[in-house]
Amino acid sequence: MITLALLFAFVCFGLGLLFCLWRITTGPDNADRILALDTMVINVIALLVLYGVWKGTAVYFEASMLVAMVGFVSTVAYCRFILRGDIIE
Amino acid sequence: MPGYAEILVSAFIVLGGLFGLVGSFGLIKLRDTMQRLHGPTKATTLGIGSVLIASMTYFYLIKGHVSFHELLITLFLFLTAPITANFIAKAYITRHIREQDLPATSSDYGWSVYDDPPGKETEEG
Repeated sequence: MITLALLFAFVCFGLGLLFCLWRITTGPDNADRILALDTMVINVIALLVLYGVWKGTAVYFEASMLVAMVGFVSTVAYCRFILRGDIIE
Repeated sequence: MPGYAEILVSAFIVLGGLFGLVGSFGLIKLRDTMQRLHGPTKATTLGIGSVLIASMTYFYLIKGHVSFHELLITLFLFLTAPITANFIAKAYITRHIREQDLPATSSDYGWSVYDDPPGKETEEG
């Protein structure tokens, strides 16, 4: 039963990744792309945690924690690049 | 006893998957960038909260040991999600809205996208 629920959640988050990819490719604005990248990071964290439940190990929590930190830093860096690039120059 | 645990964990996993799917679907469904901020930053945060609750319940009730990593991830994500949304909104305002189109703030300072607070050398954000 947990296996079926895990398969359902894998399909859901995989579809979410595809939606984010579509928004990245066709997004009319840079803010859309940043938002889609942030959502991709969140979906990947969920996939990693679910994969840890699938395998029954707690190894993947460190990986998802690292992905969360790197995703936050990259999002803030991208936004600050847009902000400073337009204001200072 | 394991039956209830399996049902609980499965329900939380399915709920998380649905919330994640709705959050990502809102990213392609909503029309405007400012509207699109709503979908992922709320629904996906709920989805990942459900997934982490499911993981904690799974490791406690079925594997039999308590793990606190999920609480760390939850704390980190719930702390950083508003900051991320704020930065994306500021990036959008910088690119698309002129300063004279914004309504006046009710304090002495202007909008933080355009004005630094007086008396400080702090940068944006």
